[in-house]
Amino acid sequence: MKKKPLIMLAAASALSISIAAQAKTLVYCSEGSPEGFNPSLYTAGTTFDASSRALFNRLVEFERGGTNIVPALAESWTVSDDGLEYTFNLRKGVKFHTTGSFTPSRDMNADDVVFSFKRQGDADHPYHKVSGGAYEYFNGMSMPDLLKDVVKVDDMTVKFVLNRPEAPMIANLGMDFASIMSAEHADQMMAAGTPEKVDLEPVGTGPFQLVAYQKDAVIRYKAHPDYWAGKAAIDDLVFAITIDPAVRYQKLKAGECHVMPYPNPADIEAMRNDPDLNLLEQEGLNVGYLAYNSMMAPFDNPKVRKALNMAINKDAIIDGVFQGAGKVAKNPIPPTIWSYNDATEDDGYDPAAAKAMLEEAGVSGLSTKIWAMPVQRPYNPNARRMAELIQADWAAVGVEAEIVSFEWGEYLKRSKAEDRDGAVLLGWTGDNGDPDNFLAVLLGCDGVGGSNRAQWCHQPFEDLIQKAKVTSDPAERTSLYEQAQLVFKEQAPWATIAHSVVFMPVRKEVKDYLIDPFGGHIFYGVDLVE
Amino acid sequence: MTKPLSPTDTSHGPDAGSTSPPGPFKEFWNYFCENRGALAGLIVFIMICLMAVFAAWIAPHSPSEQYRDSFLVPPFWSDGGTTRFILGTDAVGRDIFSRLIYGARYSLIIGGIVVSLSLTVGIPLGLIAGFARGVTEIIIMRAMDIMLALPSLLLAVVIVAILGPGLFNAMLAISIVYLPHLVRLTRAAAITELSKDYVTASRVSGAGILRLMFITILPNCMAPLIVQATLSFSSAILDAAALGFLGMGAQPPTPEWGTMLAEAREFVLRAWWVVTFPGLAILITVLALNLLGDGLRDALDPKLKRQ
Amino acid sequence: MFRFILTRLGLVIPTFVGITLLTFGMIRLVPGDPIELLAGERGVTPERHAQLRAEYGFDKPVLEQYWNYISGVLQGDLGKSITTKQPVVEEFFTLFPATVELSVFAIFLAVAIGLPAGIIAAVRRGSVFDHTVMGTALTGYSMPIFWWALLLIIFFSGILGWTPVSGRISLLYFFEPVTGFMLIDSLLSGQEGAFRSAVSHLILPAIVLSTIPLAVIARQTRSAMLEVLNEDYVRTAKAKGLSPGRVITVHALRNALIPVITVIGLQVGVLFSGAVLTESIFSWPGIGKWLIDSISRRDYPSVQGGILLIATTVILVNLLVDLVYGFINPRIRHTR
Repeated sequence: MKKKPLIMLAAASALSISIAAQAKTLVYCSEGSPEGFNPSLYTAGTTFDASSRALFNRLVEFERGGTNIVPALAESWTVSDDGLEYTFNLRKGVKFHTTGSFTPSRDMNADDVVFSFKRQGDADHPYHKVSGGAYEYFNGMSMPDLLKDVVKVDDMTVKFVLNRPEAPMIANLGMDFASIMSAEHADQMMAAGTPEKVDLEPVGTGPFQLVAYQKDAVIRYKAHPDYWAGKAAIDDLVFAITIDPAVRYQKLKAGECHVMPYPNPADIEAMRNDPDLNLLEQEGLNVGYLAYNSMMAPFDNPKVRKALNMAINKDAIIDGVFQGAGKVAKNPIPPTIWSYNDATEDDGYDPAAAKAMLEEAGVSGLSTKIWAMPVQRPYNPNARRMAELIQADWAAVGVEAEIVSFEWGEYLKRSKAEDRDGAVLLGWTGDNGDPDNFLAVLLGCDGVGGSNRAQWCHQPFEDLIQKAKVTSDPAERTSLYEQAQLVFKEQAPWATIAHSVVFMPVRKEVKDYLIDPFGGHIFYGVDLVE
Repeated sequence: MTKPLSPTDTSHGPDAGSTSPPGPFKEFWNYFCENRGALAGLIVFIMICLMAVFAAWIAPHSPSEQYRDSFLVPPFWSDGGTTRFILGTDAVGRDIFSRLIYGARYSLIIGGIVVSLSLTVGIPLGLIAGFARGVTEIIIMRAMDIMLALPSLLLAVVIVAILGPGLFNAMLAISIVYLPHLVRLTRAAAITELSKDYVTASRVSGAGILRLMFITILPNCMAPLIVQATLSFSSAILDAAALGFLGMGAQPPTPEWGTMLAEAREFVLRAWWVVTFPGLAILITVLALNLLGDGLRDALDPKLKRQ
Repeated sequence: MFRFILTRLGLVIPTFVGITLLTFGMIRLVPGDPIELLAGERGVTPERHAQLRAEYGFDKPVLEQYWNYISGVLQGDLGKSITTKQPVVEEFFTLFPATVELSVFAIFLAVAIGLPAGIIAAVRRGSVFDHTVMGTALTGYSMPIFWWALLLIIFFSGILGWTPVSGRISLLYFFEPVTGFMLIDSLLSGQEGAFRSAVSHLILPAIVLSTIPLAVIARQTRSAMLEVLNEDYVRTAKAKGLSPGRVITVHALRNALIPVITVIGLQVGVLFSGAVLTESIFSWPGIGKWLIDSISRRDYPSVQGGILLIATTVILVNLLVDLVYGFINPRIRHTR
């Protein structure tokens, strides 16, 4: 029987949980197992919580609890006038973790940055193929097309050269896949003939370092003593993997953990009233929508789409599906993103008017399909139930809808088809807090037959977002995106349903926990006070 | 009740025959009635059947009607409950009592279809294996062994993954999973019967293979098969509920009990009634069927009769 | 005896080959796309999709894929998980002890309670005790265990607060797994209270998992005992004036145990089905939950390898039961 190698560091610190009362241990009841510990190889938020957000840093990062970019491993940066060259000045004196099998001999420098990006972007890099070599986020953010080269200017300066100007570039570098790893560790492991250990026994610069991982059960971390921004207030961090939300809540109540993500909407009320808990809440950076197929009659008529939108009782959905943990959406981007246009007017619930509009458009006896995804997502806790409610609403205006569902992978694939029959429930969680990440990806002409599930290519809208993409003046971009939202609303390719509200119940003794708008769970800066 | 049992009448024909004075069915019925548990099971089962058939008249509400002003109303005896919804409502305001009544239909359909499917495939396979011996037998029995080596729920989950989640596919998967036991049972019974004199007699008198299989031998293997069928009926309900619970059986909003339970899981701590009642309905139905099955076995099994 | 073992082993090999074919075939039939699944809402371009398929070897002809798979299996290589990119064998054996521990404990509970209950019920046939035991057993046998688990959690963990809700041991204790079995490891660690903590975490899931085997064993023991108690030799023993206790333990029980052992052996498959449900409710880091997750993630290598290893375990346990059975009852060796 082969056992997974455990990274036993100075075991004393881990054992101290039971021995020294002073050591502060924060237990987080996480919702699932990480796929691994190298964030560039995977795409799941659960993996990022366990890897990039605890173990690693990026050149730039998002301000804790916000979407603003702040310096991290890069102290400052400059952008060339043509928008094609980004030069970063690295922070000095940043220490990597010392683990059982690796002791860093130098501080973080330009080699580490070049290594971290070349591994993902350069097919000939010796590490490119290690651990499966699929860098889905790097690919998903179009980095291979965008990034011409990453150059070491000197030990403390790195230059990124792009193929075309891209306004959201800096925000992209704050994403999890752009985490910086140790080139020295990689060289040592390559020399030892065990390159895959780089991903199993991660060495980063982050606030915590990995102590041990017991698959599907527990992940243990300890604070990185030489963390560049100062040692974390807690000494040990434990992820207790607990899949069932009701069970997580029980553990939280029993004091077996301090923080839990994704509570059952049904338990929110009880959590709010529990004197031992603080219930934190914040609107999530997401949108749940119902996308019509705007290429198929009669849904190619904006009037029909609008009428159907008006037939949906969104308040009932917020009650029945989100149990109140959501807000009705009127724009395709969430209110926490800059350029959110509060002036747009939602299609109000009015079945009578909807019926009249359908008749006016010459549509009667319409029967269609509602696609409900088979999985729970942050923007939609129960698609099936949502579909049932919409089905009943539409029946009231004489539209007959059949609910269909497929296995998740199949659902994602089939819903892309341009000749898809019916309206599809889906949603999106923002990656980098840039409106482009919603509007261009989900509604741009390039996305037709792909991530644009409404198959909607509307030139006035397209012109606005393309212009915004290459404009670097924030005020001008804001105004362009605001106009785009108005065009969207008038054309109604989607029924915008809801932005979920993220709830985080934490125990009273937890201080300074902030909800991450990107859906991450970050424990640097958190303290425990009796 | 008399229908499925009629084969047992004939089973006493060739050997025991007319020597037993009270008549085989009456004798069986007397034994059956002695077992009070079995009788209770029968009565409950009949009630559930009636409930399923007359659901439209018994249920106070439609199972799919969503009362938008009454989400998660507790049962009438709890605070905040109302007699309008005797067992309360679920997360989208549907009456749980009515859903449970309609759910009885699904459970009976599941049991019925699974049993008939696995019997129609399993009995011929078992008979063939028993008759043919040699290579055919080895192939059939090896295949059954392979299926038995996979835990049944796991096999069912994989089959549902292939066919896609849904009530009918779940039933199909469960029927397939039940095959090996049935085939083994039929084969063993057939082999025992084949060596008996009456079979030789009918063979000598020129009966064809099919006649031998289905008319001469099968009725005499009926007793264990009936018991197995009753027990499969109840297991099918349990397994379908388990698949529903894993999200691979009937899909919501179908008021299938296991699916209702899966949908209700998130309310474990907040609304006990949405979790408790569907589970209780499953337990009662399965228990009644198992009592019935036990009674049938005791009444049909001559070995225990003598005691 | 040796020949008996050899023939039994001979039967195992075709079954094993059949299982590789079955799992391989079934997995190819499962619709769904692990690549789309991993990419999520973000999606992948068709070119990238084709490239990834080629990397996983999905683009090769099915026969070639089977050949590669089988030659891997013979070398103990079951491929790498698509999700975690780790070897399937390694993943399986990290999680396997948890499932074994839970199952063994559950079987232990089932035998420790079911056997005596069945015996006493048989001896006191028709008594209140008999009716209670048989009634309870039948209820247990009819129990939807996933619902039973939820009720137990609500009552024992929620209302009474007696048992921990999930996991295998309190997070206070931390030691490197030696055997992978938490009960043993906690003792080896020498940490005070660790063993108690491990037991208290095990108790609820084990009760849930043992419910059905317990009912089956109690019922089977009772009917086997009833049959044996009626046999001539037992009546003779009674007539000879042996004490009832001696008649029961020495004469009746030994013979009644034979069918009971078979039943226990048959419960292995049943236990695993139960483990799938129990593990997902109690967040028990075992094989059942892992396989269900792998199926829903369309992680083909994991499902394929996992099923193969589980089936192998079941075959081996059945083989063992057969051998034990043949050992206890010499007649079997010739008739089977």
